[in-house]
Amino acid sequence: MSTHQIQLTINGRPQHATVEGRLTLSDFLRGDAGCTGVHVGCEHGVCGACTVMVDGNAVRSCLMLAVQADGCTVTTVEGLAAEDGTLHPVQQALRDEHGLQCGFCTPGIVMTLASLTAADNKAAPDKVMNALSGHICRCTGYQGIRRAARKLAGGAA
Amino acid sequence: MKPAPFDYYAPATIEEACQLLSDAGGGATLVAGGQTLMPLLALRMSQPFVLVDLNGIKALKGISRQAGRTRIGPITRQNEAIADATLNAAQPLIVTAVKHVGHHQTRNRGTIGGSIALGEPAAELPATAVALGASVEVRSTRGTRQIKADELYFGPYATALEPDEMITAIDVPEWPSGTVSVFREIAQRPGDFALVGLTGAVTIDNGRITRAGIAWFGMGPTPIKARQAESALIGQEIAALDAKAIAELAIADTAPFDDLHATAEYRRTVGRRVFTRALSEALDLRAAA
Repeated sequence: MSTHQIQLTINGRPQHATVEGRLTLSDFLRGDAGCTGVHVGCEHGVCGACTVMVDGNAVRSCLMLAVQADGCTVTTVEGLAAEDGTLHPVQQALRDEHGLQCGFCTPGIVMTLASLTAADNKAAPDKVMNALSGHICRCTGYQGIRRAARKLAGGAA
Repeated sequence: MKPAPFDYYAPATIEEACQLLSDAGGGATLVAGGQTLMPLLALRMSQPFVLVDLNGIKALKGISRQAGRTRIGPITRQNEAIADATLNAAQPLIVTAVKHVGHHQTRNRGTIGGSIALGEPAAELPATAVALGASVEVRSTRGTRQIKADELYFGPYATALEPDEMITAIDVPEWPSGTVSVFREIAQRPGDFALVGLTGAVTIDNGRITRAGIAWFGMGPTPIKARQAESALIGQEIAALDAKAIAELAIADTAPFDDLHATAEYRRTVGRRVFTRALSEALDLRAAA
């Protein structure tokens, strides 16, 4: 069993850690970095709740090892809202459109939508809508989620 | 639901990776994108002693063209491949197929070579590699060899790769101008594995088919080359082509099974229809389906 020194940036803050090779990024973010907004649902890449941004791309953090994030910039849902509590546009859209019920799946959906609707790097509306297939909402509140996504993506998808 | 302990290595060169595989004597597993391996580790269906991470090996990345062939570095990520101008120009069928692999979030990590090396029978890329006549370059400390894609797959997740070997490139012939793509996937939801999948290319010259490469996925224990249909298509005049009859030949080569999601009979019925429609659309035939 090997251990490794890693250095990464989490929500704008540099962080050093010593991790076991087998530690997943999701468990590292929750247990070591205190980012409990990273929700771990299925732990094997099906549900999408643990989605975070690694170097700006949405990825499932349970399908990556912490050691593989060495040198990367990681953003979790904690890193989106402004210091004064003003919600990120994706969070605001989900709130306005009733895009959450129990909220367990929400952080993952927020991160996918944030990665694809950033003002400087906006994906085509159909790509944004299709990316929602990577998330499962067990409350089945998909209509509100889709309304919020459509609003953010622009265009009629 | 947590991986069992292993020693993790991140070599910087192919030689180092091959040495690690050799030293582990079959106890090592390679990880590229990890989008299939990580679940297997979490479920402890896979418990390697050594995990060799390929992500730091620059020589395994990137896409280039040379002498009528496209060379794809195996750790090229699926979303990178979709956005790659070279691949879009040279291998439109591969780009179409990659868009159907998993979800946007898994394509940000998942790689072309990882999918081809895994050999999931219902996956898009192994079948597309078979259809296009691709081959893989494989290295170990014992040397380098080429394996044709249609000789790579023995059964579900069973391939001709030895435990000490790794794929170092995917080599895909470029089909001539006048080639059209045929691609269809029937799945319960986008991102799910195919219940029925069809992928291939057909070259047309002066109203006649000169080349055909077609394979099924989700229709048997491996990707399945539709050999009888390919033979029937080559030389065929498009105006006189009977797509339904060729679909029968294509189905004759499949070996689907019953599972939770669909029966073998369903797969054959849908496969016939999908084949007829896809071929007719690709060749612009009327009223065949």
